[in-house]
Amino acid sequence: MTSRLWEKLKPYGMISPSLAVFGIFFIYPIFYMIYLSFFDWNFVSPTKNYVGLQNFTDLLSDKEFMQVLLNTTIYTFATVSLTLSISLAIALWLNRSGLFYGFVQGAIFSPHIISLVSISLLWSWLMDPEYGLLNWVIGLFGLSPLQWLSHPDTSLMSLILVAVWKGIGFNTLVFIAGLQSIPPSIYEAAALDRSKRWRTFRKLTLPMLSPTLFFLAIMSMIGSFQVFETIAIMTQGGPVNSTNTLVYYIYEYGFRFFKIGYASAAGVMLLIIVGVLTIIYFRMLSKRVHYR
Amino acid sequence: MGRIELKGISKFFKDEEVIKNLDLTIRDGSFTVLVGPSGCGKSTTLRMIAGLDEQTKGEIWIDDKCVNGVPPGDRDVAMVFQNYALYPTMNVYDNIEFGLINRKVPKKEREKLIKDIAEIVGLSDYMKKKPEMLSGGQRQRVALARAMVKKPQVFILDEPLSNLDAKLRHQMRTELIQLHERLGTTFVYVTHDQVEAMSMGDEIVIMNKGVIQQAASPMTLYNDPANVFAAQFIGTPAMNILPSQELQLPSAQGKRHDIASFGFRPEHALFHAPAAIEGLRLDGMVLTRESLGAENIYQIQSSLGMFSVKTFLEPLTSDTLVTVTVPYERLYYFNSEGQRLRQVEVRRGEEIGTAQAPELVSVGGGL
Repeated sequence: MTSRLWEKLKPYGMISPSLAVFGIFFIYPIFYMIYLSFFDWNFVSPTKNYVGLQNFTDLLSDKEFMQVLLNTTIYTFATVSLTLSISLAIALWLNRSGLFYGFVQGAIFSPHIISLVSISLLWSWLMDPEYGLLNWVIGLFGLSPLQWLSHPDTSLMSLILVAVWKGIGFNTLVFIAGLQSIPPSIYEAAALDRSKRWRTFRKLTLPMLSPTLFFLAIMSMIGSFQVFETIAIMTQGGPVNSTNTLVYYIYEYGFRFFKIGYASAAGVMLLIIVGVLTIIYFRMLSKRVHYR
Repeated sequence: MGRIELKGISKFFKDEEVIKNLDLTIRDGSFTVLVGPSGCGKSTTLRMIAGLDEQTKGEIWIDDKCVNGVPPGDRDVAMVFQNYALYPTMNVYDNIEFGLINRKVPKKEREKLIKDIAEIVGLSDYMKKKPEMLSGGQRQRVALARAMVKKPQVFILDEPLSNLDAKLRHQMRTELIQLHERLGTTFVYVTHDQVEAMSMGDEIVIMNKGVIQQAASPMTLYNDPANVFAAQFIGTPAMNILPSQELQLPSAQGKRHDIASFGFRPEHALFHAPAAIEGLRLDGMVLTRESLGAENIYQIQSSLGMFSVKTFLEPLTSDTLVTVTVPYERLYYFNSEGQRLRQVEVRRGEEIGTAQAPELVSVGGGL
C-alpha cells in the first residue's frame, strides 16, 4: 500500500523543485501584482489603501498613458513587420549551401547574442547627431543630418531601427530552418507543373512556412510589447514622451515615482494585451496553419 | 508521340561519374522499367529525362526535339514521385488544378478535366480533402491524377509503389498496367524491385554502377541474360553462378574459350532426374529447406560452392545428401568479365571442376 502511494507521489516529488521556482517567481508575482493594482501604496509605508478600480480609471483617462499605448503599438507593428519581411527575404537568399552563405548566416546572427545594453550604447554613439557614424554616412550622400534619438519625430523610428537590426539574425535563422523543412520534391513537382517562381513562393512556400511565420510574429510581438532596455539606456522615454512605452512607463511609476498600485494596474493592462496575443496565436495555430 | 532518346549521357556529381556514356532509346508507348540496385543511377537517369537534373554530357531527345536546357515544365512530361510530393496546403482538387492554371487552361475546361480524372482514379468523394487526411493509396492516386490531367507525352514514375504496403502495392501494380494500356502513353518507371519490373514492364533496362547491363523484354532477360549481373538480378532466388576455372576449352577453330563460370536457374535443377536426361550432375548436402507451399527452396552445399534449387508442387525432400541434375541446355556460360558466352554447349563432362576435362561438342560464335 505504501509503495503504491509512493509510486503516485514520486513524479510530483521530482518536479516539485521546478514547480516551487515557477510558483515563487512567476505565479505568485502575477497574483500579487493584480492584488496591488487595487491599492494605493508607495512601497515603504506599512499601510496599503484600498482604492478599488481607481487606478484603472486614472490610467485610462491619462493622456500620457494613451500616448504610451500608441507608441508601443506603433513600435511593435513596425518592428514586427519590418523584422519579419526583411528576415524572410534574407532567409530565402541564404537558404543554400556554401561557405559564403554559412558565413553570412553566422554574421547576421551575431547581434542576437550581444547584450542589449552593449547594443544600446553602441547605437547611441552611432546615432549621435554631432559625431555619429550614421550622420557621417548620410553626409557622404549629401543629405542633411538627422537628429535621431534627440528629436520626437525620429526617436521612435531610431529605436525601431535598432530592434530590427537585432531581431533579424534570430528570425532569419528560424526562417531558414522552416524553409529547409519543406521537402525539395514539392518544388520539383511545382517545376514540372510549370509554376513560376513568384507563384511557387505565394502558393507553396508561404503557406508551408505559415507555422514558422505565425510563431515568429507572435513571439516578436510579445517581445516588442515588453521593450525596455533600449529605451531605458538610449532615450529614457523622451524626448517629450515620444519613446515612452508600456514597460518603461510601468518602471517609471513603480520604481521612480513609487506609485506601485498605479504601476501594477498598468502591468495588468500589459498582461491582458500579451494574454490576448497568446490566445490569438494558439487559435491560429490550431485552425489556419495546420498541415502535414 | 513520346519517344525518348538518350545519346551519350554522362553525369558527374562532383568528381564521381554516376552515369557513364549512356545510350538508350525508349519506344513510344512502351512501359519501360529502369531497374537496378540503389545507387545504380536509375533515378538520376529518370530525373535527367524530367529535367530536374542536368546531364554533364550528352543529349536527351523527346520525339524530334533536343530538350537539353529545356525546363521541366516545358518538356511535356509528368512525374509521380516516390513520396508523392503533393502540395500539403492544398486540397485534392487544388493539387490537380495547380498545373492546369499554370498552363492557362480555362476554368470551364479545368473543371471538366478534373472531374473526369477524379472518376478515373476514384477520388470524386475526396476532392475537398487535404493530402494529410488521405491514406497512402489515395495519395498515390492524387499524384497519378495530377500527372494524368496534364495529358503528357511521357509519364515518369520514380518508385511510386515503394511506400505502400504489400497488398496495396499489388493492386496498384495492376491498376498502373491497365492505366498504361488505356492511355497508350510512354511510361518510364524506376524501381529496385525486380518482381515489379518483370510484372509491369514490356521493356526492362537493367542498370548497375551507371551502366546499362541489358535492355530487353522481360522474357528475353529471363531466358537470355547478357551477363552475370543481369542473370542474377532477375529471378527469385537468383541464378546460381558457380566457378569453373578448370574449364579451359579448345574451340572448334582451335582458339580457347575463356569460361570462367557457369550458371543455372534454381528452378531448372532437378532432384531424382530420370537417367534419360543428359545433364550436369552435382552432389551436395542440403543446408536449409524453405517451404512456401506450392514451391520449395533448398540451399545446397557442393564442392563447387553453394547453390539453390527450387521445386514446384513436389513434397519437401528430407534427404541430406542429394544429387542434382541440371540439363545441359539449361546451363549458361560466362567469361572472366562476367559476359555471357552464347552458343557454347558442353556435353559428357561428368562433373565440371574434376580432373577429367569435359569435352566440347559444339561451338558457335563467341559472345
